[in-house]
Amino acid sequence: MEASESKLKQYSLGVLAHLLLLLAWYLFVRLGDVPKFVMPSPGDTLRALFVPDYGWWTNTAVTATEIFGGYSLALAVGVVLALLFTWSKTLESLMLPLLVTLNMIPKVALGPLIIVWFKYGVFPNAMMAFSIAVFPILLTTARGLREVEPDLLDLVRSLRGSRWQLFTKIQLPGALPYVFAGMKVAAILAVAGAIVGEFLGSDRGLGYLMLQVQVTLDTPAMFMAVILITLLGMLLYGLVLLLERIFVAKDARVS
Amino acid sequence: MTVDAFIHLSGVTKSYKAGRKQHLAISDASFDVMPGELVALVGPSGCGKSTLLKVLAGLHTHDGGTVRIGSAKHPFDPARDIGMVFQAPLLLKWRRILDNILLPAEILGLPMAAARERARGLMAMVGLQGYEEKYPYELSGGMQQRAAIARSLVHDPKLVLMDEPFGALDALTREKMNLELLRIWKESGKTIVFVTHGISEAVFLGTRVVVMTAGPARMADNFQIDLPHPRTLDMKTHESFGVYTRRIYKLLGME
Repeated sequence: MEASESKLKQYSLGVLAHLLLLLAWYLFVRLGDVPKFVMPSPGDTLRALFVPDYGWWTNTAVTATEIFGGYSLALAVGVVLALLFTWSKTLESLMLPLLVTLNMIPKVALGPLIIVWFKYGVFPNAMMAFSIAVFPILLTTARGLREVEPDLLDLVRSLRGSRWQLFTKIQLPGALPYVFAGMKVAAILAVAGAIVGEFLGSDRGLGYLMLQVQVTLDTPAMFMAVILITLLGMLLYGLVLLLERIFVAKDARVS
Repeated sequence: MTVDAFIHLSGVTKSYKAGRKQHLAISDASFDVMPGELVALVGPSGCGKSTLLKVLAGLHTHDGGTVRIGSAKHPFDPARDIGMVFQAPLLLKWRRILDNILLPAEILGLPMAAARERARGLMAMVGLQGYEEKYPYELSGGMQQRAAIARSLVHDPKLVLMDEPFGALDALTREKMNLELLRIWKESGKTIVFVTHGISEAVFLGTRVVVMTAGPARMADNFQIDLPHPRTLDMKTHESFGVYTRRIYKLLGME
């Protein structure tokens, strides 16, 4: 009982903090008499949603596709590569240092190249999200798969357990918390990747819309776009947390 | 050599390369373990006692001498007949206690319904009844080690190898676990080889103590402990207990 009560208190404080921020925002604009093009009020921002020309729904759908598409691909490629590394030590020694170096490339710098290679559109932006999200997933998963207690290895070997048993019963479930730790970092990065892609060159999406309304100094619409992008990020992050809650035992979660 | 010895070691040597130098981990270990005995291997760090345990487990090969486990009356299957307990409980965080205990049965492919029954029985024996569905983090260190002991017995091995299983526990819990181990040993009738650097622990637990010294690693003594069973804590104040411990202290050059 007590635990759930303190949980409830924790949640309400979290909600309260958000409401306070909204209130502060409202009061700042209202009392400070801030011009709308510098900072719109919460009401103005909400009203921007009703400008039909902006195609909010389509643009949000486009950005969401880029984020979720790039992220899913990053998850699949990152985990599969990490698995390959555990099966071949040589492959790991060959590839891992290279990947660490590639990870050092600021992915934003690849933007213009990606556009040259793939033209404008949803796909290059998804690739942008992918390229930025794949590394944390790959690196944490590879690390998680490597972290097997030597004594645990001995225990399995003393029972003449197979490589496959070691993998399915110990390595893989043991690596899951690490996979999720990587996935959480990657979730935030994937959103940034998609938006940067849209900034650099796109004809659709919330990032593209932001550049369009910037020209007309429609600040409320820019605010709204940022809010929608944030919501998309929260949706992805929340989904990852939900999956973690289902698949990873409480004590094993890496925060 | 005794004909019905369960373990027969004679002139066992083991060395490994440390840089360019051959380092002798075991030089001439020779002793027998009778079926149902609890032999304590005692010595300082680096005396090769853990290495010897791994040789017995078939995890390390030995360079010279004879290692024979099993006899005509007590046949020994190296894949099935070894249970291991380490200093850390090494429970899998994502498995409930009962499922942790079942791990060896799964690896060996034993019939699971029977193994489950057996695991429940073992949990009762080690004093963990009611904790079947708990996760490891919900148990104290001593309780986790009890679970590890139950896990080492689930496939009904003939030989249980313990590598400083109570080394990480606090002094009081350790004494309690010593008594528990003696009870479990009596009830299960297993042959146990117990590695420790605790001199009084070795004398208290062992039917026989094998003393090993470091630098150079060698077997220094091997003698029977003629204290009655069941052992009780007040035996530690008996004169003969002191005679045994002094004998070991002397061998280890601490007197």
